[in-house]
Amino acid sequence: MKYEAVIGLEVHAQMLTETKIFCGCSTKFGSEPNTQTCQICIGMPGVLPVLNGKALEFAVRTGLATHCRISEYSRFARKNYFYPDLPKGYQISQYELPICEHGFVEIVTDGDVRKIGITRIHMEEDAGKNIHEGGVYSFVDLNRAGVPLMEIVSEPDIRSPREASEYMKKLRAILRYLGVCDGNMEEGSLRCDANVSIRPAGQKEYGTRAEVKNINSFRFVEKALEYEIKRQIQLVGGGGKVVQETRLWDAARGMTESMRSKEEAHDYRYFPEPDLVPIAVDGKWLDEIRASLPELPDAKRKRFVGDFGLPEYDADLLTSERPVAEWFEEVVAAGAQPKAASNWMMGELMRLLNEENRPIDECAIKPEQLASMLRLIDAGTISGKIAKAVFAEMYRTGRDAEAIVKEKGLVQISDQSEIEKAVDDVIAGNPNEVGRFRAGEEKLLGFFVGQVMKKTKGKANPRMLNDLMKKKLGG
Amino acid sequence: MELSGLGIHDLIKMRDKGEVSSGEILDSVYGRIDRVESKVAAYVTLTRDEALKMAAKADREIAAGRGKILSGIPIAIKDNICTKGIPTTCASKILHNFVPPYESTVTSRLIEAGYVLTGKTNLDEFAMGSSTENSGFHTTRNPWDTERIPGGSSGGSTAAVAADECIAALGSDTGGSIRQPASLCGVVGMKPTYGRVSRYGLVAFASSLDQIGPITKNVTDCALLLNVISGRDPLDSTSAPIDVPDFMADIGKDIKGLRIGVPREYFIEGMDPEVEEAVRAAVRKMESLGAVPVEVSLPHTDYAVATYYVLATSEASSNLARYDGVKYGFRAEGRDLMDMYMKSRAEGFGAEVKRRIMLGTYTLSSGYYDAYYKKAQQVRTLIKDDFEKVFRDADLVLTPTSPTPAFRMGEKSDDPLKMYLADIFTISVNLAGVPGISIPCGFTRDNLPIGLQLIGRHFDEATLLKAAYAYEQSTEWHKRKPAL
Repeated sequence: MKYEAVIGLEVHAQMLTETKIFCGCSTKFGSEPNTQTCQICIGMPGVLPVLNGKALEFAVRTGLATHCRISEYSRFARKNYFYPDLPKGYQISQYELPICEHGFVEIVTDGDVRKIGITRIHMEEDAGKNIHEGGVYSFVDLNRAGVPLMEIVSEPDIRSPREASEYMKKLRAILRYLGVCDGNMEEGSLRCDANVSIRPAGQKEYGTRAEVKNINSFRFVEKALEYEIKRQIQLVGGGGKVVQETRLWDAARGMTESMRSKEEAHDYRYFPEPDLVPIAVDGKWLDEIRASLPELPDAKRKRFVGDFGLPEYDADLLTSERPVAEWFEEVVAAGAQPKAASNWMMGELMRLLNEENRPIDECAIKPEQLASMLRLIDAGTISGKIAKAVFAEMYRTGRDAEAIVKEKGLVQISDQSEIEKAVDDVIAGNPNEVGRFRAGEEKLLGFFVGQVMKKTKGKANPRMLNDLMKKKLGG
Repeated sequence: MELSGLGIHDLIKMRDKGEVSSGEILDSVYGRIDRVESKVAAYVTLTRDEALKMAAKADREIAAGRGKILSGIPIAIKDNICTKGIPTTCASKILHNFVPPYESTVTSRLIEAGYVLTGKTNLDEFAMGSSTENSGFHTTRNPWDTERIPGGSSGGSTAAVAADECIAALGSDTGGSIRQPASLCGVVGMKPTYGRVSRYGLVAFASSLDQIGPITKNVTDCALLLNVISGRDPLDSTSAPIDVPDFMADIGKDIKGLRIGVPREYFIEGMDPEVEEAVRAAVRKMESLGAVPVEVSLPHTDYAVATYYVLATSEASSNLARYDGVKYGFRAEGRDLMDMYMKSRAEGFGAEVKRRIMLGTYTLSSGYYDAYYKKAQQVRTLIKDDFEKVFRDADLVLTPTSPTPAFRMGEKSDDPLKMYLADIFTISVNLAGVPGISIPCGFTRDNLPIGLQLIGRHFDEATLLKAAYAYEQSTEWHKRKPAL
């Protein structure tokens, strides 16, 4: 039987606010344990939470960017459970009335655009961190307790691990465009839990789902889901049944493991948080936020396709990071042909940046410099091949292409007589090969061209050289 | 009369005329404490050294012409209100060693106003009770009859005020915890409108019902103290962004034409006849002062106690989760984490607190939430609506504060349901969020105080105080002192 996977993702995104969600403590990452705490975030008796307005704004920005309806009336709730990293014995979260509902995100897979529904986005506080270093004691670091989070819950609209991965990438792009989350999965500022079920292809009803937790890297999103889907298909194929449970992804062993069953699931005893007043969102404020939103990846992608004639693939890749998209637009604004600019950025530039894990805004080459280099290629001053060397030098030094070309004498030879002379020399110097070529061994053309390039240090205009060589050999 | 027997405004007058120093006032109060505290046991912690420093500071400021409204006035604070550097125990073993590194907003305001802290007063553990018998440390005695309880949960504060072991006090009121003991101890106690006074630093019992209020020897002092502690606080989102009037402004104005609603549901069977008679006499007294009694109805009164015990315990079960032995307070040794949690809470909390945590955990549980918590919230709305309707026909509501005078120690402590009924007249006020005040309105043949309760519109404490003052000034009840 053929099965179809049904996947919904619950994504936790740490907000990039300066201070925590309910107190004034810093949210800086990586400080000494328990140095960013106060009586409020460590849950001392008698203290009260006060909502950080910035956190609300960030959640609303995210809601608007994902086409959600922003609730006019929203409130916090308490989620009750005991754990040492949860100082109050409850997490302040949202339950019945979340701040954003009913949105969607567009993803592109194999050139197709699909909408993935967003059920809700709500605000909550992060817990602290338990540190187990062996021995008798465990340690608790509460620096993270109270750091603002958004929980972004998707509809079960995702049908494959690949789509899940695309969805995560798109969500990350949106969050980073908005500046509300740095999207770093490895540092835990973006976390993903997945609800996974399978059903016979064509069936309407959903199968029993398992929740997979602890997917803490982009690399593992697809791997964990592929494993879990395979596990469920094998289980059902062997006459078994999927049970509703929470499973933990073990990256080291590449598998998911049962953590707790439905019967062992916590009863969180949610109820409205009486220490915080309900949130009434003001229409005027909402309009201001809407007006301040940047152009988002989907809109940019569509514009890149429409205005610049880029293929969907290029447009999608170039718009995944706001600085990359902006860099690209500057190259085009400086006069470059869009597709050529795209090719160079997605090829050479990304390769060099990725090699040293350098963000584009720290790149030594400025967008206008790439545009200038592309003009040199267009004008026939340098060949594409030479350009690669020039580009590498630009990347290393930040110097202009023209200066490098001039200094190293890399100007392309487009002088007919000069090339002709070199061609004649090569033909004269290789009578054997000429004979074989003329006898039908046409693949030797490359050999002759290579010899000329060697002679001219790669500077011969390749098109002119090809034409000339064919003509002369044919003669 | 000794200085300790005077009220705030009398002492202010003397102080401002230079007739008395802060040091002398404090000496008198501590002299009184030394004589009677062994009989009353109002305090959990006495802060004599701290008080001496504060009084000396007040005297220096007065001498420098920088005296403030409460400079040198000794005030006691209920031990569930956080005081920086001074133990705040909630009369619970689980917080027996807890010293807050922060000051509550109300005590911050008292400090700014120059007050002198006499000590931290006893209460039912975490303010859960009506007699102080649930204190994890000891039971406070009623100064009028030390075989009887002072009421609760702010029984330590009301007993200290009644016994002149302080000039005034702060309490907290979740279902009557200021008004009921004020009534039983023959003093004035007010629960302000929910949101009028910041809860920051008040150890939470039931967050949507808790409110801090003054406990004083007369109505004027109540207004004066309310002036100091009221107002929006950026540290408490539930404190109302509403201007605070001068509560002294209407004190002394007449009450002619003031419509006083007398709810028929509050004169119930089983009510002590002496209490009923005293309260009915008070209505006649108010009428003689020009007020107009009107019979009103609060039809959902019967459901108030049940509603309250669902909502308050639900919130409490969550509010008290932080006492887990991990970060502060009492910790029992355990085999592992779960064992440590369970033993710390089993040994650290008293029986009534555990009863309420279990009740609240149950009412919030999946499958029961709708039948209990949600239903109770709906009834709460009906109770609130009752008051709104009544306040169309009446400017305030007059009721008994407590169905009985002070009961004997142990009389109700084995029967929680009987104990819960001690708050039957005060609970609706917290559910509706409206302000209520209890003032003395008579004595039983056994010389036990009786109190009446006035209930007002949201944020209309001024009318309550005006009416309370007019009544008080036409009677002598507030002048009586217990013979300790």
